[in-house]
Order: sequence, then structure tokens, then C-alpha cells
Amino acid sequence: MADKTAMRSLLLHVAVIGVLLALNFVLPEYHRGVFSRILVLAVFAMGYNLLFGYCGLLSLGHAMFFAAGLYGAGLTVYHLDWGVAAGFAAGIMAGATLALAIGLLALRTTGVAFMIVTLMFSQVFYLTTLYFTTWTRGEEGLVLRQDVRQLGLGGVSLDLSDPATRYFVALALFAVVLFATLAIARAPLGRVLVAIRENEERTRMLGYDVFANKLAAVVLSGLFCAAAGAAYALLFGYVGSSFAAIQYSILPLLWVLLGGAATTLGPLVGTLFMFYVIDIASGFTSAYMLVVGVALIVLVLFFPRGIVGAIRERWLPWLP
Amino acid sequence: MRKRPQFYRKGTGMIDATSNNRSNRNGLSRRTALKGIGAAAGLMAGPGFVRYAGAQTSAPIRIGFQAHRTGIGAAYGRWYERTTNAAVKAINAAGGINGRPLEIVVEDDGTDPKRGAEVVEKFANQHKVDLVFGTLFSHVVVGSAPTAGELKMPYYVVSEGYHVASGKLNRYVVQPGITDVRSQVTSMAPWVSSNLGRKATMIFPDYAFGHDHRDFFTAAMKAQGAEVIAQVAIPPTESSFTRYFPQIPRETEVLYHVMVGPAVLTFVKELGEFYGSNRPEIFGFIDSLEAVDMASPGLEFLEGTYFWEGMPRYLQADVGDAERAYRDAVGIDENGASKDDPQDVSTAAHMFGCWETLYVIKAAMEAVDYKGPQDRAKVIEATEAMTEFPAGLEHPQGRKIFNGKIHQCFGHQNISLVKDGRLEVIHRTAIEDGMYQPEADYTSMSF
Repeated sequence: MADKTAMRSLLLHVAVIGVLLALNFVLPEYHRGVFSRILVLAVFAMGYNLLFGYCGLLSLGHAMFFAAGLYGAGLTVYHLDWGVAAGFAAGIMAGATLALAIGLLALRTTGVAFMIVTLMFSQVFYLTTLYFTTWTRGEEGLVLRQDVRQLGLGGVSLDLSDPATRYFVALALFAVVLFATLAIARAPLGRVLVAIRENEERTRMLGYDVFANKLAAVVLSGLFCAAAGAAYALLFGYVGSSFAAIQYSILPLLWVLLGGAATTLGPLVGTLFMFYVIDIASGFTSAYMLVVGVALIVLVLFFPRGIVGAIRERWLPWLP
Repeated sequence: MRKRPQFYRKGTGMIDATSNNRSNRNGLSRRTALKGIGAAAGLMAGPGFVRYAGAQTSAPIRIGFQAHRTGIGAAYGRWYERTTNAAVKAINAAGGINGRPLEIVVEDDGTDPKRGAEVVEKFANQHKVDLVFGTLFSHVVVGSAPTAGELKMPYYVVSEGYHVASGKLNRYVVQPGITDVRSQVTSMAPWVSSNLGRKATMIFPDYAFGHDHRDFFTAAMKAQGAEVIAQVAIPPTESSFTRYFPQIPRETEVLYHVMVGPAVLTFVKELGEFYGSNRPEIFGFIDSLEAVDMASPGLEFLEGTYFWEGMPRYLQADVGDAERAYRDAVGIDENGASKDDPQDVSTAAHMFGCWETLYVIKAAMEAVDYKGPQDRAKVIEATEAMTEFPAGLEHPQGRKIFNGKIHQCFGHQNISLVKDGRLEVIHRTAIEDGMYQPEADYTSMSF
């Protein structure tokens, strides 16, 4: 029975990737571009979901991990003339290292204190990006030229500013992080994280090292978010401090809540949903954030576990 | 998906673009044909149509306006949109561009660089506009520029940032309607050092906008043989400023301030409390107080101080015909507020850039006999070939020199004195005061 469920969920995820792959060929040009961004931002949301959804730690500072990846990749490519692959690696390393340091300090707290501590660290990171304008150009930001956004792969140079290439690269990153999330959710680590979320004291009493598991969740979460940030810089060519601001700590929380916390596909659904609510509502009114707010309230009232969470609860209990 | 509402103006020849897609979809009955002929005859007889009739096509030229309708730039965005509306109305009343009406498609970028890039993509791939224009905030310009370049979409910004002239963007980004911050700041130094003092202290926000002022003004004062003796950086999260004022040296002869954001009223109030009546000369950039009534409580301390203005907010005694006509078209009264609502103060020092940029776009499109998106690169080349914009109704702020290599214009600047709660222009700089050695050449870049 367990094997059957595992196979079914694996097939579902493969099918989702297949559909996303097919969409590249059928979507109108504008929506293909939109999906490229959404796939990258969904990786950010998946990173957030790992910590918030599975481990139950509500961070208000995840913009710093996204921005660490953004600047790790952007600054090395812009100032040191690193290649795309090296820049991406630098972005991931920057995010993972920062997450390790922040995790070691912030995990001494829990609950509201954890939220405040992560918020404060994130603000420090944001102000740092504003302050060192010589390197970052602060709020104005930096542009990564098209000619430096070329990915050498087996003797072939891929232009990351090409819409199709960008879509495939974004999808590849999304697929890797999606299956990594699925693997973590099924692995002992994922189960321990859920146990910590449900009852931290009991988990500790059973002999698990709660701090180490939480730290692993923070680092993995930071790494995924940084991968999204690095990919954003390299695919879309802009690095700026607005991505380190508080709103980019709130957004992944909303995406995850909308899509469904502790579901593997929820972050994608939430990111997609919110983008199109804004995109369509802004065509009717400049008060489009009010529409987003109403949509959020409706969802919280009628689907408190988010869209995918509600589907799992009501119809498909095997959804991971 | 529903399109953005179009600017529809009766009697100006503007056309709702959505109507263009419906022709012949369901065949053509005799009754429909007769109706159409009758309607066409009526239109031909009507005022305004004759000018379009001779054109090869009367399809509108569609320009995407990247508007700050929400977010921190909303006050600027509101007036940028009004000025754009007024310019479109004037251009269409005079026959449009090459006989084709001009139509504006608006998208709100939320004053956010990520959304800005998405909006440029939406303009190009969904609205299918001919070009994009109108962005003010620098971070939105820089965030959107890569997308404009990738989509080969001409992107005419009205931002006053040095980002365009720095050469860091791409060949599709142009700023022909407003001078950049380096030029503005540099042109202030000769008058400030000669008339207000040779020892300046600067107070500025501690991020790129403030750092540009710090770096350019310090260098410009040095070039005048004067000096900036202290630089007081205010962190962006600060809401009270009193504790920073003791850093201002006693020997300061002129205080240069460029604070922006909602805390500016607090800044002025606390500066007044700190100095009382015994203050140095004070010079600031009106950016701080755009869309803010100079008669607001707490701003009394600014009486007798000086401001940079790109274009005067208050109607000056020596106003020319072109400037008067521009103000009437935009709908601002003698105090620079909306004629419909005296409380709604304009962003007069900047918004003229939208008006002037649209006329540069018109000139460039007409120079290349613009037919459609295949001519976009030609429009950029035509703009690059321009060297001067004469003062007049198309350029009511004044004459400008355009450097095609750096895609940037240079113009006169105004220095105004706050007198009886109004801004009175007391000095107008020469264009040469704000010129600097170009650091880039976009024309050497490929399309």
C-alpha cells in the first residue's frame, strides 16, 4: 500500500513536470515568460515551505536567503567576471553559509521570538545591501548584461536571456528542488521535522536531536531560497536590494499559505495563483492588493490548509 | 483577459484599440457596409479626421506607459499620468504621429523593479505596443532595462537617474526628456558656492540616491574651489533626525539637504527647532517636497531657503507662452496644484519630462517614417542622431542638448527661493553648467 502511494505521488510529480515542459510549447509568449518567473519564485516558496510547512518554524526573514543567492551570483558575475555556473554555485554557497550562521543563532529562540530574530537579521542584510553602494548600487541595483549570461554546457553556450532556454533552465531548477523536497518529505529527516512541528518535546524525549534537525531544515531551506535568488539574477539580469526588503519575506509565506503548507506542490500553486490574481486584478483597479487581501481572507476562511492542502484533505489523502 | 482602459478623448482623434480587431470577423452584410460607409463619411467630415485620412494607415501608435500608480512613487505617478494624458491630447489634436493617432496603454508597476520587468514583458508580448515610456524611479528603470533590451523594446525613461548616461544599461534605454542627477547636482555648485557659501555640509539618505548626491556635489564643489566639510548620512529607517544635527560643523556656511520620503516634514521641523533663527544658508532639492504643499504646517522654517527645481512649480512673473500653454494643458494652477483640487499639488519639477519625451518619440518616429515594430531600432538610431531640442511648446521647460552616445539630454536648471510660502525662481543655470565628460557610447553597441 505504501509502495503504491509512493508510486502514485511520484507519477503525479513526473506528470506535473511533463505538463510544465509541454506548456513551453503551447503557452502564448507573455505567459511563457510569466511561467519562467513563477517557476523560479516557486523554488523560493518551496525553500520557505520546508522550514515553515514541514518544520513549523515561521521565519520573517527569508528574503535574506533569496537575496544572498541573488547577490552571491550577481556580484561575482558583475565584479569578478565569473561564469554563470560559478556564479550560481557562489550564490548557493552564500545562501547556505548565511543560513547556517543565522540558524545557529536564531534557533536559540522559538515562536514569536524566532520570527522577530529572523526579521531583524533580514533587515540587517537589507540595510547592508543598501549601504555598500560601491558594490551593490543599493536600491538602484545592477544589471547583468546579456553577453555575460551565457551558460557553457559541454561545448555549447546557452543564452539565458533566450525565452525558451530560460524556461527550460527555470524548469530544470524547479524539478530538482521539487523532487528534492519530495525526497526529504519521505525521508527520516522529513518525518522528524513534521514530528518537531507537531510536538517538539515529545520528539526530543524520543531521542532525536531537535536542534540539529531544525538546523538542517534552516540550511536546506536557505539553500533552496538562495538557488532561486541566484537563478533570478542570472536568468533575468537584475540584482537589487528590493529583493532583500521585508515584502520578499512576506511573499513566500503568502504563497505557501495559499498553495498549502507542507505539501510539495502547494508552493507552485500558491505562487501561480497570486501572480495571476495581481496580474488580472491590476487590469481592473489600482486597488489590486485589496483584491489579493480579499482572496486571502476567503481562502483562509474556506480553505485554511491552502488550495493543495484542501484537495488533500477532502479528496486525495495520498498527496505528499 | 481584459485590456487596460485606454485613454479616450472626444474630438482628439484617439481610437480605442480594441475596436481594431473586429473587422470582417463575421463577414460583411449590405446593411453593415452601408452603415460603415455612412459612418466613415461622417467621420471624414468631422474635425480632426482629415489629418489622418492621408496617412498610409490610421492604426494608432501604441505606447506602453509604465506607471507608478501604487507604491512609493504613486504621487509622482499620478502626475506623470496626467501630464502624459495632456501631451497625448495635444499631439493627437495636432495630427498625431505621422498622421496616426497616439494611444497610451497603462500598466501599474507598483514602483517595484520585479513587477516593472513583468510589465515591460506584458507590454511587448501581450499588449504588443510599439514602445514603452514614462518610468521614474531608478530601481524600476534598472530592473526593467534588461527585459526591454532582451525584447528589443525601445524604453524611454523619465527618471533623472544617472543610470542611463553611465552606460550600464543597453541601447534600447533612452532618457531624452529630463536631465540626470549628475548634471543637476553639478550645475548647482557654481551658484551655491558663489552665493550661499564655500563650506558646505551635506545631509542625505544613506543609500544610492543620496550617495549620488554626495559624490557628485562633493566633486562639483571641489571643482569650484569650494568644499564639502561634512557629510551626514541618515539611515533609511530613521524617522527622527535631531540626534544627527550636532554632526553639522559650526563653520558650515551652507547646508545641502536631499531628504525624501514621508519623514521629510519631521526633518524640516526638527531642523527648525535645532537652529531657531540663527541658521546657515540652506539649499535643497525639491524632490523632498514634490507633491507637498509649501504652506504645510511645519515648513515655515524653509522660508528664505533655496531649492533646485527642474521646472518651476509656481507660475513665475516672466512665464513664457509655451510654459503657460503647457501648464494649462496639464491643468495646474498658479500654485502648481490641480485646477480641480488646490490641495492636489503637482510634481512640477519632474513631470514635464513625460511631455517632452513624448515629443521626442514623435520626432524620432516621424524621422524614420515609423511603420511598426520592425522599425524600433530605427527609432533609437533617429533619437541618437538628435543633438538639440529647441525651447517651445514641445519643450516647455527649455532648450536641451542631447548626447546620442550616452542617450541623455542636458538642460537648464532653476534655483528658487522660498518667499511668502511660494517658490520664486532667482537663477537659471546655463546648460553648460551641468555638462560632464561622457563615460559611455551606446552607439557602439549592437542592437
